[in-house]
Amino acid sequence: MADAPSGNADNNTAEAFLQGGSLRHAPGPYFGNYGGRWMPESLIAALDELEETFNKAKDDPEFRAQIDDLNKNYSGRPSLLTEAKRFSQHAGGVRVFLKREDLNHTGSHKINNVLGQALLAKRMGKTRVIAETGAGQHGVASATAAALMGLECVVYMGAEDCRRQALNVARMELLGAKVIPVTSGSQTLKDAINEALRDWVANVGNTHYLLGTAAGAHPFPAMVRYFHEVIGEEARAQILEQEGRLPDAVCACIGGGSNAIGIFHGFLDDPSVRIYGFEAGGDGVETGRHAATITLGKPGVLHGARSYLMQDDDGQTIESHSISAGLDYPGVGPEHSYLSDIGRVSYEPITDSEAMDAFRLLCRTEGIIPAIESSHALAGAIKVGQRLAAEDPATASEKIVIVNLSGRGDKDVATAAEWFDLLDKDSAESEIGKEGEQL
Amino acid sequence: MAQTAGKAQMTSKSAAAIDKARSQGRAALIGYLPAGYPSVEETIAAGIALAENGADLIEIGIPYSDPVMDGQVIQAATTEALAKGFHVKQVFDVVAGITSKTDAAVLVMTYWNPVVRMGVDEFSRRLAEAGGAGLITPDLIPDEAAEWMEASDKYGLDRVFLVAPSSTTERMQRTVDASRGFVYAVSIMGVTGARTSVSSAAKDVVAAAHAAGAERVCVGLGVSNADQVREIAAYAEGVIVGTALVAAVRDGGVDAVAALTKDLSTGLARESAQAKDGA
Repeated sequence: MADAPSGNADNNTAEAFLQGGSLRHAPGPYFGNYGGRWMPESLIAALDELEETFNKAKDDPEFRAQIDDLNKNYSGRPSLLTEAKRFSQHAGGVRVFLKREDLNHTGSHKINNVLGQALLAKRMGKTRVIAETGAGQHGVASATAAALMGLECVVYMGAEDCRRQALNVARMELLGAKVIPVTSGSQTLKDAINEALRDWVANVGNTHYLLGTAAGAHPFPAMVRYFHEVIGEEARAQILEQEGRLPDAVCACIGGGSNAIGIFHGFLDDPSVRIYGFEAGGDGVETGRHAATITLGKPGVLHGARSYLMQDDDGQTIESHSISAGLDYPGVGPEHSYLSDIGRVSYEPITDSEAMDAFRLLCRTEGIIPAIESSHALAGAIKVGQRLAAEDPATASEKIVIVNLSGRGDKDVATAAEWFDLLDKDSAESEIGKEGEQL
Repeated sequence: MAQTAGKAQMTSKSAAAIDKARSQGRAALIGYLPAGYPSVEETIAAGIALAENGADLIEIGIPYSDPVMDGQVIQAATTEALAKGFHVKQVFDVVAGITSKTDAAVLVMTYWNPVVRMGVDEFSRRLAEAGGAGLITPDLIPDEAAEWMEASDKYGLDRVFLVAPSSTTERMQRTVDASRGFVYAVSIMGVTGARTSVSSAAKDVVAAAHAAGAERVCVGLGVSNADQVREIAAYAEGVIVGTALVAAVRDGGVDAVAALTKDLSTGLARESAQAKDGA
């Protein structure tokens, strides 16, 4: 790590944690050597304004009350913690519990963040929000929050994704948002972020950039985490109430890493809880077609933060690949890079094939259709459960593993039907599935 | 850092080029070209044409996969250069090719990750060896620049940070203090690209930079013709033209670059003798 002048921060903090210090509520801008603000000067004033507004809001009981009310009466929180008894039999016989973010309004954890940021946009007097989206989930969530709060909403989406995700484009438009296809660069999620940043530079006076994951320039990583911390807080309280003890392991999938950092946060300071993040291994990390940023990337700067990054020897961003559009991003949130370096969280790749096997398994054992993103966490939980069982077969049935089921799989039905060859060859749905449409 | 500042004053190639223009009663002209567009050889030829037709400083851009501060014309050019196989190390060939044939100060404009990847010290050493004057860094702010401050001192390179209409007084001061060679004043809130008129914000940004102690402030973003150059030359030490030159390369090659540079340079002269007050 020759390019990290403050190289001792990692070790010091890790040391402090081992001696009983806290990893929770890390305020940024830096997480060890990661994070920061690698951004054009033009946007620094807006980031400062956002940081100040966020810090004031956090300490304002009225803001907390607004968030709590929306979480309860709009999103449907707290989300359930469901024991998956039949699924557990395939995970070494340990007890697997699902944190049901799939039951939230709009079908995933994304709603937690967009409601919080839309409230902040209103506090800053901004009348317009912009967002990036890959498959459309964050775009739909942003359009939802904008509709609820009467904000103008523009969503940037890769042109290819717009074509493949025509129904999600329609959803956003039904909710009153304008979707702008992005034709620059590789026309993927990262280019949608680039285009949103260009819009923000030009319109920062009336516009808030509603970034969808716990990445980007400070204060985004710490702020997005804050709005998702409710996942981990609920899960921790629920398992203590239901089982009277902490879990042995917590599993989540990682793209940019917002659902993961949300659930991890609740358990970071519990040394007995092993924490696992599962990245998209795509066709397999050895093939080069993957999105396993921490597993194989190198530290670099992209979209405002220093973090692990998929890049070539010239520092050019490499395109990522995953069957799951929500994990198909070549970067990762800086706090994850830090938690990996200090060894608090283990990050491992899960291939498309492993994820899809877990997807079908949950459908058939529990009657729950998970998002393909979340299926990476389920596949990881199977491995973790089997390892726990191997360590001590006698106590396997007492072990508890919590999986963050970050979203529901309704959007993924066509992809799954194509994957499992469930469609008649001539059906319209088959044609849609080939194009990667997610209903 | 007093020792550093003293050294900086002596070694800044950009400051020398701007001061030379000032001594001639005019603002300096800074022209931007993306390296490797349409080829490394043609970038060198276009750079030489820039210098021979009135540019005092030349800004060579490194094509990058995620150019968030660039508009469509420059994006299209750099995307093409990358598609043709441009490699970052070739920027040193471009810099050496121009500095070996002209007296222009040649800076490299780069997003930060390619520098991080090569290593800040290694990149700086090779840039200095190629005869480069320094770096313009659109997504690096002084707050994150500790390593670059050290390397630029070690190799005697200029560090050109950007200031914007949105910069607070405090940030303006910090950025001016961290800069060497000149300060790059962003004329508008937006990305690169030709615009029909110069934003009124530009003059205010320059005045704020001067007030913070900057001796050399150059204005960029949206400047594309001699009339705009003339307007800016009245209050800034230098004028930066990018997109219009890239479009000239695209549409007419080296000859078009030469013709546009010649035309742009007609706008540099200051109308009164006040231009000579060294500030």
